[in-house]
Amino acid sequence: MTTTVPATKRKQRTLSLRDRAVRFAEMITTPLLPADYLDIISPLRSGADLRGRIEAIHPETRDAVTVVIRPGRGWRGHTPGQYIRIGVDVDGVRQWRAYSMTSPGDRPDGCITITVKAIPDGTVSNFLVRRARAGTVIQLDQATGDFVLGEQPPAKVLFVTAGSGITPAMGMLREVVQAAGAVPDIVMVHSAPTPQDVIFAGELRMLARQGQLRLIERYTDAEGLLDIATIGDVVEDWAEREVWACGPTGLLDAAEAHWTEAGIADRLHTERFRPTVLVTGEGGSVTFSKTETTTEADGSTPLLDAGEAAGVLMPSGCRMGICFGCVAPLREGAVRDLRTGDVTTAVPGDGVLVQTCISAAAGTCDIEL
Amino acid sequence: MTATINDPTAHLTTEDIETLGRELDAIREQIVASRGERDAAYIRKVIDAQRKLELASRAVLLFSLFPPAWLVGTAGLSVAKILENMEIGHNIMHGQWDWMRDEKIHSTTWEWDLVSPSEQWKHSHNQLHHTYTNVIGKDNDLGYGIMRVDENQKWYPLYLGQPLWNFVNACFFEYGIAAYDLELGKNLQKRRRQDPDFRARAKRVGEKIRAQVTKDYVVHPLLSGPSALTTLTANFTANVVRNLWTHSVIMCGHFPEGVATFERRSIVGETRGQWYLRQMLGSANISGSPLLHLMTGNLSYQIEHHLFPDLPSNRYAEIAPKVQELFERYQLPYVSGPLPKQVASAWKKIIKLSLPNGFFDKASEAAKPANLLKLIPGLASAEPKQPVRTAA
Ligand SMILES: Cc1cc2nc3c(=O)[nH]c(=O)nc-3n(C[C@H](O)[C@H](O)[C@H](O)COP(=O)(O)OP(=O)(O)OC[C@H]3O[C@@H](n4cnc5c(N)ncnc54)[C@H](O)[C@@H]3O)c2cc1C
Ligand code: FES
Repeated sequence: MTTTVPATKRKQRTLSLRDRAVRFAEMITTPLLPADYLDIISPLRSGADLRGRIEAIHPETRDAVTVVIRPGRGWRGHTPGQYIRIGVDVDGVRQWRAYSMTSPGDRPDGCITITVKAIPDGTVSNFLVRRARAGTVIQLDQATGDFVLGEQPPAKVLFVTAGSGITPAMGMLREVVQAAGAVPDIVMVHSAPTPQDVIFAGELRMLARQGQLRLIERYTDAEGLLDIATIGDVVEDWAEREVWACGPTGLLDAAEAHWTEAGIADRLHTERFRPTVLVTGEGGSVTFSKTETTTEADGSTPLLDAGEAAGVLMPSGCRMGICFGCVAPLREGAVRDLRTGDVTTAVPGDGVLVQTCISAAAGTCDIEL
Repeated sequence: MTATINDPTAHLTTEDIETLGRELDAIREQIVASRGERDAAYIRKVIDAQRKLELASRAVLLFSLFPPAWLVGTAGLSVAKILENMEIGHNIMHGQWDWMRDEKIHSTTWEWDLVSPSEQWKHSHNQLHHTYTNVIGKDNDLGYGIMRVDENQKWYPLYLGQPLWNFVNACFFEYGIAAYDLELGKNLQKRRRQDPDFRARAKRVGEKIRAQVTKDYVVHPLLSGPSALTTLTANFTANVVRNLWTHSVIMCGHFPEGVATFERRSIVGETRGQWYLRQMLGSANISGSPLLHLMTGNLSYQIEHHLFPDLPSNRYAEIAPKVQELFERYQLPYVSGPLPKQVASAWKKIIKLSLPNGFFDKASEAAKPANLLKLIPGLASAEPKQPVRTAA
């Protein structure tokens, strides 16, 4: 980029003028920030922390709903397949969870949607499915994730999904069918317990009837779990397709094994909703040194959950080990990676960075938060 | 554990004290288990109302040249500052709302509208005062290190001035708190003044004072244009009103007659039950209406607050009858009274202890009308037959 000198100067001056205005506003509101007062009037304004308002909640199946959210002015848009984090207050406690976006990139009304399936005893999913009301303001984060079709969707696509794992695929599907130009050749293999449990069933079956999609539904209550090794029986050209798979751990692990065996692992893209916990062990006493809080945690509770339960403000992201949004220094002690069982130890002065969402105490430990 | 005067716990066995502790733990558990949406809505509502009140009052003060505007604006701003410091700031910094995990309403992020930086106040208040409640020489809240608060403290002529110090401290209480959080008395000695940690903290206090003073005495007056001077006096008045109010409320928490103080050695090896007991005996409540409780930041439930400093303040009213029942059952004195009575009682103690032991009683005895009459010859027979008891 080239700019003429005067323009740069002018830019700097307006910038510093703006800075000065901000600083002056801060002098008026200290010790609070101007935003603290503006939030009372307009929580979704530009420049505010990103929030959204629930505009509507549509039932999908008996235990799944689609939540329509109007994001605040700071929303930077998303690519279908990506996920967002939302922070909702359940029983007065702020809970952050990740949800895949099910809306295409540009809904005319500017809203975005997520689709949530209630899981037994799930705090946030049950709240959203059964108790949340339109009008509620929730916290949002910008969309993120690389489970996307890419600039140029491939000519042949295969979605392998199960249960709520349909959500990111639905976002992508909606995007490609509404886009101008050639629609790729898409096959979807979707598993659900019964026909009634298929989220988006009506829309999917209609797309199939219109010839935009080849839909293969598998009802696991009657037919049993899909054996991914036999995918070739239903999708003959599976090996020629670029694949996006999302569902329970068992399905994804099997898919990875199958595609690796076929030597085409690079064609397979997977999205996991929760980490695979492999090993747990003895817990210990966890100290969050900056907050001066100490709590007892067992060997299977992630440090993230333990800290939150103790009232510590824990940074977090996907809560399953992929985004590194939860990383904090381990000052001293030992923690265990729940996915691998690897134990990380630190002595004072080390400050080893650990992911709190997939690490549990392995004895006494001190986290610098 | 022994309280220094007339041990009110003499009738309790060690076992009693531990049972009492377990009963209090049960009350705590009950509240923790039922914290929820209603409580979260409460604190958000108070914060929302406080901010609107502050904005509105400051807006009215833009026209403070007109006396009615000055009056309304000053009153509103005083109330807003009191709410911010007491029901909101003090309680948030105690971690009463940390369970909500809202980073905007969290003990680690809140900065209050007072010259003392939150970080330093939290240390001196939460860690020192709440741990060493009413332990002479350990709890600096007892007389802020400059006053005589117990008969067992040696009297010096300097203490004659303590009613005056106390009044000055009340007017400029926020600066008193800042100085006391810095432990200024101790740290101003030459050697300690150089301590980098002290200097960093002092710098932080300096910055906070500058920001607060600039806001109230420069920026807002300037914004008021022709009303600059009157806005300045309004803001000054609001700060002083807030100072006097908070000082009075806080004095009522530990100073009134009937509240016990403790010796340093009495807390060595203290158990949880004994700690609870010290909090029970070392605090006093203020009785009154819901509005009074709100304006004191529920520190009117000082006893409940000291037992459970991190439970949400809106729940103290519900805990109080249960705690009171424990006091009765364990035959302990639950000190409580209306605000004017408790303030008077605290002041009386401060005046009394500014004099050598016994002096106050003698003087007030002599000042009784009946005794004054004695001084008049020929009227000696007017002396009452009953011995006069002074209110102790
Ligand atoms: C990138 C990403 C995208 C996601 N997209 C979606 C989506 O589009 N739709 C959707 O419904 N969910 C999605 N999730 C899962 C979602 O974030 C939550 O984990 C889920 O809603 C459960 O949260 P909860 O608070 O209800 O359960 P919690 O209260 O956190 O958990 C309750 C119990 O359920 C178990 N559990 C947690 N998660 C699952 C799970 N996924 N399946 C089975 N048991 C579980 C826990 O171990 C615990 O025992 C996504 C997760 C990630 C990481
Ligand atoms: S929260 Fe994403 S890696 Fe831990």
